[in-house]
Amino acid sequence: MGDWSGYLALILQGALVTAQLTVMGSALALVAAFVAGLGRIAPFAPVRWLATVYIEFFRGTSIFVQLFWVYFVLPFAGITLSPLMAGVMALGLNVGAYGAEVVRGAILSVPRDQYEATVALNLTKGQRMRHVILPQALPLMLPTFGNNAIELLKATAVVSLISLTDMTFQAQVVRAQTGSTLIPFITILILYFAMATVIASGVRALERRMTRGLDGVR
Amino acid sequence: MTEPIIRIDRLDKSFGALKVLDGLSFDVMPGEKLALIGPSGSGKTTILRILMTLETITGGHIEVCGEQLYHMQKAGKEVPADEAHLHHMRRHIGMVFQHFNLFPHKSVIDNITLAPMLTKAEPKARAEARARELLEMVGLADKAKAMPSQLSGGQKQRVAIARALALQPRIMLFDEVTSALDPELVEEVLLVMKRLAAETDMTMLLVTHEMGFAHEFADRVLFFDKGRIVEQGPPDKIFTTPTHERTQTFLRKIIAAGHRV
Repeated sequence: MGDWSGYLALILQGALVTAQLTVMGSALALVAAFVAGLGRIAPFAPVRWLATVYIEFFRGTSIFVQLFWVYFVLPFAGITLSPLMAGVMALGLNVGAYGAEVVRGAILSVPRDQYEATVALNLTKGQRMRHVILPQALPLMLPTFGNNAIELLKATAVVSLISLTDMTFQAQVVRAQTGSTLIPFITILILYFAMATVIASGVRALERRMTRGLDGVR
Repeated sequence: MTEPIIRIDRLDKSFGALKVLDGLSFDVMPGEKLALIGPSGSGKTTILRILMTLETITGGHIEVCGEQLYHMQKAGKEVPADEAHLHHMRRHIGMVFQHFNLFPHKSVIDNITLAPMLTKAEPKARAEARARELLEMVGLADKAKAMPSQLSGGQKQRVAIARALALQPRIMLFDEVTSALDPELVEEVLLVMKRLAAETDMTMLLVTHEMGFAHEFADRVLFFDKGRIVEQGPPDKIFTTPTHERTQTFLRKIIAAGHRV
């Protein structure tokens, strides 16, 4: 049997790629979620349509197909992305489509009387959103954003299909070289779980911070 | 001869097939304290909401401080007001709501300073100094750093009054400001409003079911029913010798329900 510490290092390298994909993908997903979520409630109809098309397309097709499109089909249109960028793009846009509905729902669930108070205080539309509506909508979005980020983490495994050496890819390599299935796959099981736990507790801490003083609101 | 600060001219408002205001016309003079009374659904709250631009109008004209509220001139023609015009007009008007509508994520003082800092670009120090004066006036100087969730209903409403005053509007609208309060908390809010009425020359429009307070507070009482003014006059006249039968019935019912007149 080979050198286990070497194989573990290989898997940890993969874990780094997985973490990178998760962080960058989540960042893109967050931006996409806000752009499309605000687009869905924009006063200008074409903006609403565009946002709806984006959301329905990315929710309605598989992440697997989206990844292949970004990596293998876009080059025909002259857009060539590195495997990492392609992975971030597919994951971010896919999860962002789900996040957009969360953003929209949370904004619409801020009570109407809050909006009316901002009109009475003569705030501009941008000021209303920024200082009153979004700060109250964000705590409502957070738990679902946490779930989405964990979904994204787990979906990163598909990138091994476009030759990215993520954690799952490396586990396959170790398995092929050592013939052991149990050890590499137990290792990545624990690593995925640890990463998901980090995301979950991070989101919970953020939630506590944002809802401070908000208990028993209104 | 001073000009009216508010001129309402043949105002119509419908919600779908339901006509809430029907060709309503009345003027309000600067500094006047007006009480709007009447059965629920008579349109009195809708008038305040229209003045605050929280509703649209179906027909008619409103002039506030000498300018059209819902219309503007464009290339010599009258067109519906755009958001910029409404923004320009709203600086004259402040409103206090039945359910306070404080911002739950902001402390008391931040609730008050937010609008002056954003809409008048007031520096933070000046906005806070002014906010503290206003809190002093409503008797809540010690609550500046509290969150709204830590206040009683009466305290919340007094903060809401201070918040509306911070923008120094010329017209203040009070929409059933004591209706959501426990009975023992009503008095503290009414006291603040009485002081306000006595010490400022602001124009005030008050929608209320507190007939005793309307009696004391108002220079003129308007009795509404079905989107029209049935009867108006000085409070002594309306509350003691109303001429219209509908006003008499309404006041009788209110008294029977235990309200003082």
